[in-house]
Amino acid sequence: MKRPPKHAPSRIASTAQLRAFQRMMASAIVRPLTADDGLQPKWIDGRPMDRVAAEFIKPNDRLTSFERLQLYNRMYWFRLFDAIRDDCPGLLAALGERAFRRLAQEYLTRCPSRSFTLRNLCSRLERFIRERPALTAPRTALALEIARFEWAQTIAFDGESRPVATVEHIARTPPGRLRLGLQPYITLLALKHPIDAYVIRVKRRDALRSEASNTPDAAARVHRAFRRTPLPRPSPTFVAVHRHNNRLFYKRLDPAAFRILGALAGGLPLSRAIAAGGPGVRPRQARAWFKSWMALGWFCARGNKRRRNAS
Amino acid sequence: MPANRFNGHSDYGIGIGLRVPHYAHILSKKPVVDWFEIISENFMVEGGRPLELLDRILEQYRVVQHGVSMYFGSADRPDRAHLKRLKGLVRRTGTPWLSDHLCWGSVDGTYTHDLLPMPYTFAAARRTAEKIRQVRDYLEVPICVENVSSYAEFHASEMTEWEFLAEVVELADCGILLDVNNIYVSSKNHGFNPYDYVDNLPHHRVGQMHVAGHTRFEKYILDTHDHPVLDPVWRLYARATRLCGVTATLLEWDDKIPSFDEVHGEALKANDFIDGAKRAAV
Repeated sequence: MKRPPKHAPSRIASTAQLRAFQRMMASAIVRPLTADDGLQPKWIDGRPMDRVAAEFIKPNDRLTSFERLQLYNRMYWFRLFDAIRDDCPGLLAALGERAFRRLAQEYLTRCPSRSFTLRNLCSRLERFIRERPALTAPRTALALEIARFEWAQTIAFDGESRPVATVEHIARTPPGRLRLGLQPYITLLALKHPIDAYVIRVKRRDALRSEASNTPDAAARVHRAFRRTPLPRPSPTFVAVHRHNNRLFYKRLDPAAFRILGALAGGLPLSRAIAAGGPGVRPRQARAWFKSWMALGWFCARGNKRRRNAS
Repeated sequence: MPANRFNGHSDYGIGIGLRVPHYAHILSKKPVVDWFEIISENFMVEGGRPLELLDRILEQYRVVQHGVSMYFGSADRPDRAHLKRLKGLVRRTGTPWLSDHLCWGSVDGTYTHDLLPMPYTFAAARRTAEKIRQVRDYLEVPICVENVSSYAEFHASEMTEWEFLAEVVELADCGILLDVNNIYVSSKNHGFNPYDYVDNLPHHRVGQMHVAGHTRFEKYILDTHDHPVLDPVWRLYARATRLCGVTATLLEWDDKIPSFDEVHGEALKANDFIDGAKRAAV
């Protein structure tokens, strides 16, 4: 968003003045909350915020201009915090409430939403964590992997699917020329931690908490018992985040299988992709993998879109 | 006026919002419902479960699209990619009309994901109407704009909210989705008479109505959609129905959502007021 005007326009008689007014109000709404969830007392130029708010918002007999603006400021942040918490339960569990909120506030301040839908809110989170490691230290490596994994889930949930490559198409094309695409909703992840298992544990814990939420005693017991899901220990993990019959799944992959899929996704023809799996891949094993991937409908004709696979 | 050109000359009755907690019930029990309102943005995706579910609903039910991100009142131009995606959904659902809010919420491509109130000025009305026309012409479907609930008023405003709404819909030649709960909420927050609002609208342009619950705080009322409809809102709905005629009506319940039957039962209370309006008209 462009910098707001020094003062909100007193009249709105043109689209330019409407835009200036909207920049002013939107800039105020998206400013980070104070520690006690209030509107910041000073405007970006140092003037008292109550004076700035009074320039364009009418007070009423119960609320000042400042308080009315604060309602919108709070609603903005509470809405976005809720959305990011919903999308990133694993990251929240790994960082803890305070660090997660600090990360979310910094992220949303530096990378405000550029999409009409909250679905895309976390699309730039992995990159942001990489650029601002101090916000997640000392768990930055873990946070990066969880953010990548949780965004992959969003893609798997409602990402594009293309017509599945048929057995006939595959059979009639020589392996040296056959190039297969991976469905756009699949993300291949090479991780240093078993993030899939961790996220499953976190979701189970959250579901149990939710189940107990109507019975305060039980909720307290559950909260004590599940205060913290143990963080995953380092262990190389290769996983495809995908969907099948429109349900979300995480499929563990053998490292060689991961390399083959990555090579196919990268555009190599089938024969070279299989070779990329390494010398230890036996034909029988490769056939079994392909049979499974075909059954899952993972292959499609290659498109022009760049693959999102992470290494 | 049950059917008019602003709701595609349809004659829909009482609907409810299609919400995730009710999916399983709807698909397994197939309850009788006049129509469902969907939030367009929830289905403006490229694949997966949302579209599968929508197609299953469309096999059984009439669906009307309601949007939350068109931001007719934003100074920014309509986003072509967004419109293209929305048009694809319009074709898929066959919605007889499409609604979104008379508000703004984005500037310079940054989204607040809120329904922010407009400054009620003639210039803002002209700009808003121009965008509504552009969107309608592109989507080729009638459009109804919904009045929002608000918590702030602006010094720059040159007219009342209902005058602004009337100005916009006349300039755009579009319909109104009259949210009587939003009128009630804003009337309490800004100290106007909600009946002045309802009485002074171009009633022939009302293509749909919304009812919902709200939450009263010490100094203001919030439009929370997490309660049954309160009596003052039903009374306002009765007045609006007498003035506008029996109109497609939808109950919004978006938080602390109870069972399907409870939500549907609450929506069907509108029938009591519709019957009253019919009797009064005889």
